[in-house]
Amino acid sequence: MSGLPKYHALNVDASKCIGCTHCMKSCPSEAIRVINGLAVIDHERCVDCGQCHRVCPSKAFYVEQDDLSKIRGFKYRVILFPSVMIGQFQEKYSENQIYEGLKKVGFTHVYEVEQPMQVLIDSINEVIENKDTPKPVISIYCPAIVRLIQGKYPSLTENLILRKTPHNLAAHFAIEQLMLEGALREEIGLFYATPCIAKIASVKSPVGERESIVDGIINMNHLYNEVMKVIQENCETDNSEQRANLSREGILWSLPRGESSHFGSRSMAIDGIHNVVRFLERMENNQVHGIDFLELRACDQSCAGGILLTGNRFMTVERLERRAPRYPLAKDIPNSVIKVDQEELKQKLILDPIKPKPHFIFGNDRVKAMEKMDRAQRIVCFLPGIDCGACGAPNCQALAEDMINHKAKMSDCIFLQQMWVDEGQIKTHKAFLNVQKKWGTDRFKADCNKRGKRNEGF
Amino acid sequence: MKLTFYIQGSDFTHAGHPSSEVKKVLKQLGIDGKTIKNIVIALYEAEVNVVAHAWKGVVHVEIEENKITIQVNDEGPGIPDIDLAMQAGYSTASKQVREMGFGAGMGLPNIKKNTDELVIETEVGKGTRVKMVNYFS
Repeated sequence: MSGLPKYHALNVDASKCIGCTHCMKSCPSEAIRVINGLAVIDHERCVDCGQCHRVCPSKAFYVEQDDLSKIRGFKYRVILFPSVMIGQFQEKYSENQIYEGLKKVGFTHVYEVEQPMQVLIDSINEVIENKDTPKPVISIYCPAIVRLIQGKYPSLTENLILRKTPHNLAAHFAIEQLMLEGALREEIGLFYATPCIAKIASVKSPVGERESIVDGIINMNHLYNEVMKVIQENCETDNSEQRANLSREGILWSLPRGESSHFGSRSMAIDGIHNVVRFLERMENNQVHGIDFLELRACDQSCAGGILLTGNRFMTVERLERRAPRYPLAKDIPNSVIKVDQEELKQKLILDPIKPKPHFIFGNDRVKAMEKMDRAQRIVCFLPGIDCGACGAPNCQALAEDMINHKAKMSDCIFLQQMWVDEGQIKTHKAFLNVQKKWGTDRFKADCNKRGKRNEGF
Repeated sequence: MKLTFYIQGSDFTHAGHPSSEVKKVLKQLGIDGKTIKNIVIALYEAEVNVVAHAWKGVVHVEIEENKITIQVNDEGPGIPDIDLAMQAGYSTASKQVREMGFGAGMGLPNIKKNTDELVIETEVGKGTRVKMVNYFS
């Protein structure tokens, strides 16, 4: 197991957050509460899917990333990126021009991560063909899904397939290739351009790896802007040799059915984190039978819908689908082109076991936990059940659980409070102060530019 | 702690709700995944039995420190021959139920396999009471 601390890429900018509850409502792991008028993330529960970042109308969520200047410290500067990056650019820019642009930004070697793909395909097939492997196997490609399963569906962690992702594949491949050319390991700097937030966290503190292989991580949105500054439409430099190992399968890997279409006799692909949640509930209830392989991705349209992308997800898919047939099938790429020892590379793709990390448990003492749950159940009876979010919790059940964990008060519920005012138990002014304390004074001021109006943010 | 759920006969759309809710509670109590799986399978099969054969039913769940007791009581046709019903593959489900993917004759055998204690009381023409107990490890 990784000894690295759990890293989180997502943070809230307090100066921008308006406490509108959009993020809280969309979070698949109920990790957000609004406290004192600001969104607060519980990092134990957060799976880094980035839904909050997507729905925030005031762009208050930000991600930490490495500065591009960090690459200067290395002689060999490798940029690793998933093929969806190519789909960000307009059709008028050729692959050669995009590659050349990345070199102008400062990289010496350009690697799309999905290569040499046959090595990973074979490796995953070995696991599936093993009779002892619990089925269906679940791809670990999307790191948000891995964390979701560890936390919310701990019993399904044994279905996660212990094979690394394309970014590891390409990183090992790049190192091997460069060292064959005479580079020393410490001279090689590997930088991963990420389409999403979950990848940042998984590269900084990987699950099932002892240490991260990548030296830095760059927001794809940022890299796109840097390349756009220097890209030239009339540049005709041919750098296709950098793509000699790229295959049809590789280019489509990060798109819906990119993985699942290669494995098992029956496989499924599900994209969109809320779709995945509904499916995993069924799977946990033992209602999924006969499936060999599951491709689960947090974003709609898989990585083409990544949060840090610029382009339209459907246009990205279309460009890659048209691009793929121009490349050979992975199995048809000869050893003479791959050069490095594929068996050795395959060995490097094996992950350490992934452990469950359940985060919806009421403590380890079962008797006390039962008492707490009993109390939460009784509290729920008194709550309105409309999940309005005005208490700062995503729904009534979550509020009741927060209450028994001493993270919220009965008076946080505006309905209960209203009832108490009516019964004369608390004064109107006291009730007002309670809400003001929760949401801040600004919430009550007249402001025609106030955010959170209809049609805003989505 | 106690939980109660009601089941409507022939309502296949909502079969699985009680087992899903019980699963959520057991997860929050930190019960191990294998035990939860057994309980969920047994309860789901019992629910489907009520939906497929009976008119209506009620599920009483009691969770204690070391065990869970689930009672599924229905008003329905009852089971004329329990020994026969316990045999894998034996089914009295209607063609309609089978076409929906249920009624494979594995209900009671699956419940038996996934519970530590099982008591079935039945009266033909009146109904069936299934009591299942699972111990937590």
